[in-house]
Order: sequence, then structure tokens, then C-alpha cells
Amino acid sequence: MNRRDFLTSVGAATVAALVPTAALAGPRPDYSNLLILIELKGGNDGLNTVIPYSSGEYYSLRPRIAIPRDQVLQLDSATGLHPALEPLMPLWRSRELAIVQGMGYPSPNLSHFRSIEIWDTAANSSEYLNEGWLTRAFVQTPPARSFAADGVIVGAAELGPMAGSGTRAIALTNPEQFIRQARFAAPTMQASSGALRHILKVESDIVHAAAGITADYPLQTEFAKTPFGNAIRTAAQVVASKAGVAAIKVSLNGFDTHSAQQGTQARLLKDLAEGLAALKSALVETGRWQSSLILTYAEFGRRPAENQSGGTDHGTASAHFVLGGRVKGGLYGEAPSLNGLDGNGNLARSVDFRELYATVLERWWGTDSAAVLRGRYTPLDLVRA
Amino acid sequence: MRLRVRQLIPMIVGIALSAAHAASPPLGVDDARHLLSRTSFAATPAATESYARLTREQALDRLLATTRQQATTPPPAWTSAPFESLRRFRTASGEERQALQRQRREEGLELRAWWLDEMRRTPSPLTEKMALFWHNHFVSSDQKVRSPQLMYRQNALLRRHALGNFGTLLHEIARDPAMVIYLDNASNRKGQPNENFAREVMELFTLGEGHYSEPDIKEAARAFTGWGIEPDRGEFVFRTALHDEGYKNVLGRGGYMNGDDVLNVLLAQPRTAELIVEKLWREFVSPAPDPAEVRRIARIFRDSGYEIKAALRALFTSDAFYAPQYRAALIKSPVELIVGTLRQFDFATGQMLPFAFSAAQLGQNLFAPPNVKGWPGGEAWINSTTLLARKQLLERLFREEDPRPVAAAMENERPTGSGMIDNGRERLLRALADVRFDSTQWFAQLKSLDGEAVQRAVLAAAPGNPIPADVRGLQALRLLTQDPVYQLK
Repeated sequence: MNRRDFLTSVGAATVAALVPTAALAGPRPDYSNLLILIELKGGNDGLNTVIPYSSGEYYSLRPRIAIPRDQVLQLDSATGLHPALEPLMPLWRSRELAIVQGMGYPSPNLSHFRSIEIWDTAANSSEYLNEGWLTRAFVQTPPARSFAADGVIVGAAELGPMAGSGTRAIALTNPEQFIRQARFAAPTMQASSGALRHILKVESDIVHAAAGITADYPLQTEFAKTPFGNAIRTAAQVVASKAGVAAIKVSLNGFDTHSAQQGTQARLLKDLAEGLAALKSALVETGRWQSSLILTYAEFGRRPAENQSGGTDHGTASAHFVLGGRVKGGLYGEAPSLNGLDGNGNLARSVDFRELYATVLERWWGTDSAAVLRGRYTPLDLVRA
Repeated sequence: MRLRVRQLIPMIVGIALSAAHAASPPLGVDDARHLLSRTSFAATPAATESYARLTREQALDRLLATTRQQATTPPPAWTSAPFESLRRFRTASGEERQALQRQRREEGLELRAWWLDEMRRTPSPLTEKMALFWHNHFVSSDQKVRSPQLMYRQNALLRRHALGNFGTLLHEIARDPAMVIYLDNASNRKGQPNENFAREVMELFTLGEGHYSEPDIKEAARAFTGWGIEPDRGEFVFRTALHDEGYKNVLGRGGYMNGDDVLNVLLAQPRTAELIVEKLWREFVSPAPDPAEVRRIARIFRDSGYEIKAALRALFTSDAFYAPQYRAALIKSPVELIVGTLRQFDFATGQMLPFAFSAAQLGQNLFAPPNVKGWPGGEAWINSTTLLARKQLLERLFREEDPRPVAAAMENERPTGSGMIDNGRERLLRALADVRFDSTQWFAQLKSLDGEAVQRAVLAAAPGNPIPADVRGLQALRLLTQDPVYQLK
């Protein structure tokens, strides 16, 4: 029985508990390769982001909200981008932007909370896991203690993929303020309850991170004066700090467009594209573009047929972006099949999101993915060594 | 026969005595403190002392007898002004729109400050705790509803039924205009159902994930078609022409159901009582509900016809609630931390606006929970950002020479997406100047001033960093409120 069979038959969680971490992990992962996650909260409408503009079904499903063919930024003869994504076109042309279409998972759940929990914990639709997928990765093979933190969540209170115990996740909004306030943290005691243990651990992580994060790197890049632009600036400041981090997460809110979608989504996609372009510029400036991988993700896409309110309801599979200096640009996955919708009128998936996570774990960090993802997923071939 | 009766008598007396004995001992200071800190934002020295003399049942009699259906603090004047038509914004010009947005933002701030003020002053803090509990259960957010008047009406509804009947509350909240807008029932029409409300009413309000199917949601959504809002009065309307009269099948029950029929189907499911009791447990007892206790209390709750007081009485008189392992086992929410501190130390405050801002900064922007699931709470309240902000707020509250708790925080951080500090800066600063703590008066009500007694009055468990023997008075309170244990209840 080889290890792969053993993993599938016994279950990865059991294996992780039985086998010493080092034996399972293989070579030391390379966390000098940075991962940046961008969550599009609320469920971005993939069909109006990466648009099948040559499809008649697309226009008949969306008489009010389809993006007119002549406004689409054409990528090839069938697929194009929403016009507000113009700032991404230079990345597409330099082949540093990959677009993965049809990302989802089996038995999709249409609830925001449950579905983002599935993405954050890399769970099956029917299983409930407490720790995020990055937490499991960092527990399996921890980033160097010299890092300021394993991961930084910018501007949000929920830790998402870094939730759960055993990892050093720091949430911060503003690095200067974080460093100034860290003086209030001084953990000294033993914990009697789980709640107290949590508080003490946060105190200890604060002290460590404050010693490693610098807030004064003189970035030349200009950032949009929006909350997302500020969050991207904070992410760039964290990257520029001498003590590294392995992962950063930034969120952009407001994609739950049940009504009057057009204006809202256009504004959000513009914010997204400008933020990503600024992030690239800052990473180039700090010499990190070649060692950064940026992924967008969301709980789900939206329903192909527009609803009565000029919006779209919760859907399933969607398109996402992968960017970075070592990304092999192009289209991945399959274009949405609008003739083959499921019983709820939703799209079938062509790529499991865990294949993308496996890509991060194996191709980007060089660590084993089976225990983290609780199964074997084939990485996508979209990063260069 | 005679013999058997004679044998029985001592047994009966024995049982009666032991039952009386079990029910009769007074709470004592520790149990009273525990009960009050969980149900009343804070256990003030005076209340703790008076509850300490009551038995569990008597304590519950007193807590439940004083609950209210209306706030004691007068709401902002605009809440009773003629309704601001929902149409107005749609038809307004660019400039008018901006003015309307400013006005709404202003009113939203006043609403937050008003509610915090009520929490801080009410003679029945349990009423406000429960109103807040339901706000986090039947979530609506002014970020989507965009009508402060409707948000106020929803708040009044939640308070009116906060300790009333859950079934009535469910039926009324389903028709509450803010809810109808928030979960899109307003655009739910025959032939084009919008499933948002139907989904959340099952997933979050009654049954919970895994206790219904996707077809149940689709069918239920049809039953809620035709529900809407009359935009000029902001009142619920049922539009017969938009209602799907057809046959529906929800959770194995079939019929030509309307929305209220579906709600009754949900109330008939035993899971509904369990879900509510689990949530009450996480709010009041510990992060991990005890399944056997949940079933027991859920049965009492159902048998009472969903009387919320019946569930609370069962919960707060249970041995489980007073079990040692659940002391100091919960993390205070931002609102509990703020209101609890103001109540515990009897702070003099002017306007509560600065504290509405603080609560938002700590992750609990009232009237604007992050999504329909509400604030996740528990350990999620505390991360590096919010823990430091909590400590900074406390440090400033107890800093004698500078009674301006949030001014500095205001300078460098905006709560996400709330637009709360675009105006009223001057007003904020004025309000901050009114925040005062009279430590002499506070210490005067303590029976003993020794370190141990002060610690027990302030903390739910022994401090992590015991106070040096020579530290007294205000300085001791500064250390105790910076202690990690102060974050617990």
C-alpha cells in the first residue's frame, strides 16, 4: 500500500494525527513564496465578470443586465472581461493573469455562510470543519518562527482560512496603529478556560508581530482612496516588512447583488481591478512580484438567469483570477455551459476549488496537500517554478 | 395497609424536605454575581448583594417580573415624524440624494446612541440583552434597509416581544418592513420567486442547516410571494395579485399555503425550539451547548407554547448554568464590555454617541450586523485588532486626567463600511468631555476594600496578574480592567 492509498482509505485527519509531521510533509515548504488571497464577499457574479459574450443563451438569460457585446474587453473569440476590469488588461497581455472558469465543488450550498465556510475550511459540502485550510497547512508545516506572523488578515474581524487554533494569525487594519497599541498586550498567565486561552494567545501573537512588522516602508505606488485601496496599501506595507509572513488576506465587500446589480458590480470590479494593479506595482517595487501569488475567491457565483429586481440570486460555480510574476497566464477550466444548468438553474463546475488550493500547497509552497485538503486533488499547471 | 402508609410517611417527608432544601438556599455572592453578569450587562455591587439573598427561583421571579415592552429613554424625535417615503430617494436629484444620505447617516447615529443609552439606563437590563439577542437572531442591517425609521420600528418590535412569545415574534418579524426589505421578500413575486427570506427563515431563524432541503426552500419562497411594503407609509402589504396561490409542499406538509402557514409548519418542528435554546445557551452559558440540557429545556420551551420566559427560567435555574466550569467561560461582546463597564462603575455620561462609535470599532456596529447570520461572537470577538482597541478604550476610561475615551481612536480608524465618523466630530468631542467616573463613590459602596474583595467585584474569575498588595483605589481598577480576565463574563 503506498502512501496515497493509505491516505484515501484511512482518512487524512487520522493520518495527520498518527504520523509525525515531518515524515508526512516531505521537503520543507518554501514560505518565501507569498500567498495573497482576495475574498469577494457576498458572491461575485462570475458571468458578468468573465463574460461568454458569444453565447446567445447568455443574452437571453439576462435581458436587462447582460454586458453588451461591444463593451466587453475581449480575451478571445468567446470570452471577455467586464469593462470595469480594464486595469487588469496589461496583466493579461503580459500573461501574468490566469482566469480559472467554473470553479466550485460538488453538491453546492447556496447559503453565504455555509458556502464560504466550505471554501475557508476546504470541506466537503456535507462536513463541518473548525479550522481553515491555511491553518491546517501551517499546523502541518509551520512557517519560520522568525516570521512576524503566519498570516495577516487585513481589515476584517473573521479569520476565515486562518481560523482555528495552532496558527499565528494577526488581524490588523492599520500597521502604524497596530504597532503603537501593541504595548497593551503583555501575556503572563496560565489559562483556565478556552476563552481565556484564546485571549492570551492573541496577546502573545500581537507582541511577536509588532516586533516584526514595519509601517514606514516608503512605497511610491499610489493606492485608491477607497476602503479596498487602503486594505491593499496595508497588505503592501506588511509585505515590505523585513520579517515575512506566509499569507495575507484582503476582502472586498458588497457582491451580494440581489437587486440593481449593474452599477454596484461595475463599481466593485473597478475597485478590485485598480486594487490588483496597485498591488502588482507595490510588489514589483518591493521586489516581491516574482514570489507572490494572488488569488481571488468567493463563496459562490450567481445564478445565470437574472431575477425580477435587476439582480441575481445565489449561484454555484464562478470564474476567479490568479495573478503573479510566475503565473502562466491564460484561461483555465471550462467556459460556462449555459445549456447544461442544474435543477436550480445553476452552473456546473469544471474545476474543484481544492485543485487550486492543491496548486498553492504543492506547486507554490512545495508541501504535501493531501492531509490539508483531506484527499488528493490534482494541482493546476498555472505557476512556473 | 396501615403499616405501609406509616412506612411511606417518612419517605414522603424526606422527599419533600430534600426538594425544599434543594430549592431553598440563597444564591450567595458568587452565584448572584454570575447570574447578573450574564443577564444584566454587569453585576453591580448593590445588585449582587441584594440577589445574593434570593434563591434561584426567587432571583428569576425578580428578573422576569421587571422586564419591559418599551424603552424608558425617549427615542429621537424623527422616529415619530411622518414616514419618509421610500420613493423619495429613488426620485431625488443628485444633490437631494446626498442630503438625504447625510440625514440618514445622522439619524442612524442617533439611533445607535439612543439604544446604548437605554441599555445603560434601563431598570431591566435583561430586556435589552434579549432585544440585542433577537437583533442578532432576526438580523436586519441599516446598510441595506436604508430607513432609520424602519430600523427603529424593528427595534421596538424586538423589544416588545423580547421576553414574550417566540411564535408571535416570528410571525411579526416576518412582516416587519425592515426585514421584508433586508431579506428581499419585497421583490418576491408569483412566477419570479426570490428565495432569500425563505432560505434564511429555515437556516437561521428556525430549523438550522441540514434540517430542510433545497426544494423546501423553493416551495416556501412561493408561499411568501406577494409580501411587500407600501413605500409611502412604510407598512407591510399583501399583494394578492403577486401571490402564488398554488399547492406547496414544505417539510412533508402539503397545502395551498401562504407565508404564515409556512411559519406554522416551522414552529411545529421540534428542531426550532432546540435551535433557539442552543443559541440561548451560547449567549448565556458556554460556547458548547450540552445536548441533553438543550433537549430538556427545548421541551419546556415547546410545551409552554414558545414562551421565552419559560426557556430563560429553565436555563437560569438549571444546575448547568451555575456549574463551576462555565464561570468566566464567555467572552464579552463589545456592547457588553462597554455597557457593562459603564453600568458596573456607574460612569456619568452625556451623549452615548462616542460609545456607539467604540462598539463599531470593536466589531459590533449596532443596527448593522455583518450579514444575515449576525455577529459570530465568542472567540471571533477577539483578534489582534479588537483586543488592542478594547484595552485602549478601557485605559482611557480610567485615565483620570483625560476623560476622552475614543477621541484618539477616532483619529486613526474608521469602522468598515459604516461611514460613522463623517460628521458630528465636534459633538463627539463635547460628549467625551462628559464621561466621568467617581472612584471615591464607587469604592464607598463596597463592603470591604481589601484586594480580594475588589477583584471579586470586578472580575468573573481570579485575575491573571494579581494586584500587588500596595496597589489600591483607582490604580487597582486600572490594572483589573486591563487584565485578560476582564474580557470574560
